[in-house]
Amino acid sequence: MNYREAITTITGLLDDQLVVCANGLISREAFTIRDRPENFYMIGSMGMASSIGLGVALSKPSRKTIILEGDGNLLMNLGSLPMAGSLQPGNLLHIVLDNEVYASTGNQPTISNVIELEEIAKSARYSYVKKVTNNEDLKREMAHTLENGGLSFLLVKIVDTEEQREIGRVTHSPEQIKERFMSAINGKR
Amino acid sequence: MHTSEDFAQELINAGYDFFTGVPCSIIGNLITNLTDRHDVTYIPAVREDAAVGVASGAYMAGKIPVVLMQNSGLGQCLNTLTSLNLIYKLPCLLIVTWRGFEGKDAPEHLVMGRTCNKLLDTVGIPHHDFNHDNIKVLINMSYKLVTENREPLVLFLKKGIIV
Repeated sequence: MNYREAITTITGLLDDQLVVCANGLISREAFTIRDRPENFYMIGSMGMASSIGLGVALSKPSRKTIILEGDGNLLMNLGSLPMAGSLQPGNLLHIVLDNEVYASTGNQPTISNVIELEEIAKSARYSYVKKVTNNEDLKREMAHTLENGGLSFLLVKIVDTEEQREIGRVTHSPEQIKERFMSAINGKR
Repeated sequence: MHTSEDFAQELINAGYDFFTGVPCSIIGNLITNLTDRHDVTYIPAVREDAAVGVASGAYMAGKIPVVLMQNSGLGQCLNTLTSLNLIYKLPCLLIVTWRGFEGKDAPEHLVMGRTCNKLLDTVGIPHHDFNHDNIKVLINMSYKLVTENREPLVLFLKKGIIV
């Protein structure tokens, strides 16, 4: 499964869930595949998607919050896992697209080829942790975690076989991204 | 000398309703007070950038956040402040203890103690200093600045102003 397939599957199953997308290709791909006001596209502050998502989840317990980030982002802010685990928000789904490289900067290796990130999530007291490697399993686990509460972690192993291609950049300004995300959060329920 | 309890109450009275951070001995009692209170929640962060990230998420979900840290933590969260808060206009009040002020501190505090205010000037984050007489005024002014300008604001707190 390449990350375009994974993001297509994930975003295709969304309703009004809030999604904090990590910087780089993940935000750009999520924007290109299915732009929605409930997406917060982080363009800088690498590593912070998990902390921003935690802040949203804690402050808006009535809404499901999803963190969509890569292995490089998580490894840069690994402390966010035990922070979330200690607080146990009941509305947080943490998805890590793990391709074992920094794809946005040209596929330099991370260290997740030898480090099992899902085991770190388990150790950090995430209540539901799954590793998926194909689209069918991703669909099933997405449906399960969207349906159920708790603090969930999905590690999605990505193998990118397709050729490099042009991906659009997020065309909204940072302030526009924030304003419409805030309206999507606070305007409903 | 003001008590940490009064200081916490001033922050809450001003309108702040989300607290996170990383401890420093100067704000030890303040963090204990915020943790013990039933009317607000204090989120212990593992690092200052994680604290600023959580506060930014909280702001977007309707809170007005305060982040507590030592000035050493400014270095830790500088990229988050510049590439998240300043460009998205995500505000928070940062209460930053000023270790190494006028060179009177342990060696590890001296460089940041000499430069922390200039560092903020360089990146364009406004800052003010607490003294014995301006706590209430500065906290109330900070809330107006943070919510109207929608930018991070630093209030430096030196040793000996709150207990």
